[in-house]
Amino acid sequence: MDGNVIFKYANPTRFMTLSRAMLPWLLVLTVASFGIGLYGGLWIAPPDYQQGETVRIMFVHVPAAWMAMATYSFMALASLVGMVWKHPLADVAAKSAAPIGACFTFLALVTGSLWGKPMWGTWWVWDARLTSMLVLFFLYLGYIAIWQTIEEPVKAGRVAAILAMVGFVNIPIIKFSVDWWNTLHQPASIMRMDGPAIYISILWPLLVMILGFSLLFSVLLLVAMRSEIIRRRIRSIRIAKIEGFG
Amino acid sequence: MSEFIAIFKRDVRLAAAQGGGLGLAIGFFLIVVSLFPFGIGPDLKLLARVAPGILWIALLLSVLLSLDRLFQADFEDGSLEQMVVARAPLEMIVFAKVLAHWMTTGVPLILATPVLGLFLNLDEQAFGILVLSMVIGTPALNFVGAAGAALTVGIRRGGLLLSLIVLPLYVPILVFGVSAIQSSLTGPSGSLQTMMILAALTLGSAALAPFAAAAALRVHLR
Repeated sequence: MDGNVIFKYANPTRFMTLSRAMLPWLLVLTVASFGIGLYGGLWIAPPDYQQGETVRIMFVHVPAAWMAMATYSFMALASLVGMVWKHPLADVAAKSAAPIGACFTFLALVTGSLWGKPMWGTWWVWDARLTSMLVLFFLYLGYIAIWQTIEEPVKAGRVAAILAMVGFVNIPIIKFSVDWWNTLHQPASIMRMDGPAIYISILWPLLVMILGFSLLFSVLLLVAMRSEIIRRRIRSIRIAKIEGFG
Repeated sequence: MSEFIAIFKRDVRLAAAQGGGLGLAIGFFLIVVSLFPFGIGPDLKLLARVAPGILWIALLLSVLLSLDRLFQADFEDGSLEQMVVARAPLEMIVFAKVLAHWMTTGVPLILATPVLGLFLNLDEQAFGILVLSMVIGTPALNFVGAAGAALTVGIRRGGLLLSLIVLPLYVPILVFGVSAIQSSLTGPSGSLQTMMILAALTLGSAALAPFAAAAALRVHLR
């Protein structure tokens, strides 16, 4: 990784100007993607021959679940960059991404539950995917708790970074163990979660929704990072004032 | 090597002198296991079915409670700081401490398990496999827990934070620990695969957790 490239954008002030310029465009693209994706998913795409209209929950559930995983990967990568290259904005990025990822995970769980009721007749079912999402949700909560508990931002950033990386290493292990556990305790009836093979009329709205969710993530991330930078500046000013240098 | 043995012996001696920590952990283990029949009824067949899970969960929670004394006492009296700046690698010191912690807390809990299995009407064939799965799997609990304990050392309300961090990471160990027993009940060869994975979890966490723990300790003790 070329140090010059990533450190060019390390200056928080430059980040603030750049993000302020980017945000309106990203917002427009996000709204557009959601509009096109939802129209394609809710109107154009045909209902499933088995599940009827309820399959349309997929257009929210799948992108949310995908983003939940992707956000954690982003957090882990940002933590790594922060620890190894000491990039100043890396821990800000990781901290900002966490609540967004937790919300995506929660959304995936809720939409999965809502999908489960008409499909399986119950609000919650311990199938492999829902269970892995639940554990991922707990990982997010633990990470956020560290930021809440440790007051000093730089120290909190380092501790949280270690936790993010430990959690990231554990995600494939947890996924593997949940799959194993699920095949061991096979439920009485065989449940097909995917339905038929994905046709193009269902695929393209799904991809557009995934794009929309990704753009939404970037918008929320930039806004949260800007808030965090301002928060830290206020904190520094307060400390300087108390110490008599303000 | 001599530092490793020195730290190991020190921790074992300290744990033996302060018997209270171990007694509390075993007491907790006993009480938690006893709560389950109150919660789910005294039906012996039902209890026998869930006994491996209950025993593993209660053990896991007892280990979680005992993790507090891994680093906290040393942090408070300053010896942790000495360990961080010592010439011996911090990772090795952590490894020695966790090993000593397992021997003084984990092993007694494992030895208490068959007795508690009687309370839950555990299947007779399962006793041996249960203990074996715990011997193989509990070091993983201690090592992963040590990484969590290092992350939360010196923080107030650190105990709750520790639980929130560590329990999701315990899920794979729990899953494989219990399934080792379940699969042994279906046939003698069934549990070998699970035991292997359990051993992999232990060895993997023993190799990697000291690095995470040492990094976390360095952050706290700058």
